[in-house]
Amino acid sequence: MPYSADLDIRVTDSSLRDGSHAKQHQFTVEHVRSIVAALDDAGVPVIEVTHGDGLGGSSFNYGFSHTPEQELIKAAVKTAKRAKIAFLMLPGLGVQDDIREAAGNGASVCRIATHCTEADISVQHFGLARDLGLETVGFLMMAHSQPPEVLAKQARIMADAGCQCVYVVDSAGALIMEQTGDRISALVAELGADAQVGFHGHENLGLGVANSVLAVRAGALQIDGSTRRFGAGAGNTPVEAFAAVAEKLGIRTGIDILKIIDAAEDVVRPIMDGECLLDRLSLTMGYAGVYSSFLKHADRQARKYGVSGAEILIEAGRRKLVGGQEDQLIEIAVALAGKREKE
Amino acid sequence: MTKATAAIVGSGNIGTDLMYKLLRSDLIEPRWVIGVDPDSPGLKRAETHGLITSAEGADWLLAQDERPDIVFEATSAYVHKVNAPKYQALGIQAVDLTPAALGPAVVPAVNLGAHLDAPNVSLITCGGQATIPVVHAVSRVTEVAYAEIVASVASPSAGPGTRANIDEFTKTTSRGIETIGGAQRGKAIIILNPAEPPMLMQDTVFCSIPEDADRDAVAASIHDVIASVASYVPGYRLRAEPQFDDPTPVSGGLARVAVFLEVEGAGDFLPPYSGNLDIMTAAATKVGEGFAQRVVSARVPS
Repeated sequence: MPYSADLDIRVTDSSLRDGSHAKQHQFTVEHVRSIVAALDDAGVPVIEVTHGDGLGGSSFNYGFSHTPEQELIKAAVKTAKRAKIAFLMLPGLGVQDDIREAAGNGASVCRIATHCTEADISVQHFGLARDLGLETVGFLMMAHSQPPEVLAKQARIMADAGCQCVYVVDSAGALIMEQTGDRISALVAELGADAQVGFHGHENLGLGVANSVLAVRAGALQIDGSTRRFGAGAGNTPVEAFAAVAEKLGIRTGIDILKIIDAAEDVVRPIMDGECLLDRLSLTMGYAGVYSSFLKHADRQARKYGVSGAEILIEAGRRKLVGGQEDQLIEIAVALAGKREKE
Repeated sequence: MTKATAAIVGSGNIGTDLMYKLLRSDLIEPRWVIGVDPDSPGLKRAETHGLITSAEGADWLLAQDERPDIVFEATSAYVHKVNAPKYQALGIQAVDLTPAALGPAVVPAVNLGAHLDAPNVSLITCGGQATIPVVHAVSRVTEVAYAEIVASVASPSAGPGTRANIDEFTKTTSRGIETIGGAQRGKAIIILNPAEPPMLMQDTVFCSIPEDADRDAVAASIHDVIASVASYVPGYRLRAEPQFDDPTPVSGGLARVAVFLEVEGAGDFLPPYSGNLDIMTAAATKVGEGFAQRVVSARVPS
């Protein structure tokens, strides 16, 4: 069954949320206006705007925002003519008042993320979002770390709490082909008509587009990407490439291919500090199964303490850190520096 | 010297762990453990240690001829809100381990002395017990405009109550960072980590400090407070020396100190990884002993 009469699947662009990591949370109102205008004109149906770590993410631990995210959300809502504006929130970091404020500022899609074994901390937030009349999306992060049946049970918790679409979120960019399809299939089988299923991919092993196609074939109706890969780690599934591939496969996304290609080159790229690269650190994250947002933090601590960023990330993988534990990267760097001094 | 008598209301994991700590106390005699489920394993354990038990809740306890000097509430915020006025009416001091936050918040290493005669004190949250002493350590030697804490706990140690209302944790802890920690503004973050084997509770405290703050004095004050908490929570320790950073754009233009803590539980009943629960029962014991000293000395004829 297609997403709607006009679309087989619905794409959400996360440049202005996951891209916040790559931009070290320094987005301005002007950046948001330019990107939203270009993506909206290209027919991207949903655009996510928030601090990279969601509402309330502006902090020592994740990096302070240049401009308060609620101001960015307001600017996005004002700029978009067709696109819905979405926001992300992580229970334990953001609170219900943040959701109320974002809804008051005109955002219409509430995306609530938990680690993929901890869905039950999102119940109160889904309830509130639905009460406020928001469309809801649930994120099961670090989905590579659990088998399909575990994810399906967690998806059920979110759906029962009021989530209308549960995403398999490959936060580490570590899922490989069939591993994506199997997880999507398990969620589709569990949720049936109760909720849709989505996929959020990263490029740390170079598989964002391929995994997204497999997700669609397994029944996903919503797909995330970031134009020009503007996101965490090696970046997100590139929206322009995914839209082009989808068109060739006869999957309707509603996105104008030539316009999104231009937007990627002429509007998004100039705002990025640099391309999101599949370089040593990003690849290490995909390989070791590490949360993509750790990239810039590991890099910064590696430089401060004169230790290897790749070693920090591998240790983060060994400790099985989950999203949000950026603080631990500092302690890992301190420990690595201490170890080196002893040697 | 006689001891003050105490009842534990709530026969779950926390209540049971607390019972073992109180059984070792020189100042408190735990005499009752009260639950609501006759099949509760916690009540059976209490019986084997010779304590009086009932599955008929706090009302049963309060209807007895002999009543405790001190009650420890390890039920839920909802139940405590119902029970607290009854304890107070009978002059029983209450140590509240739930997030109800009715009485003044107490962190033993910081402000126990200020509330020894309070009818009801709140222990805030596990994250608050672990991190507020460090915020206090910094704010007593320099200005802390903003403090932020990140509490990482093992998934199996986060109970259904915490999970169903996680906003309560962040809000209550943030408030404690300000009112007891002494930061002008506080923020709290909690992360649940399902790693197997379970990780020990880990807490990170970030405090903004003026650029020209005396960093040696800040570090020394932190070390002092760590020792003070460790005197009643033996598994409380630093994982690294305090780390200082100069201001950058991502630090919001603020200089800061970062402190990395770990809390290993004593393993009285709960497994050692659940330092988040151990620090609550250890803090409750410490607060209860403060109450007990007052109770016992008031008994001595003048």
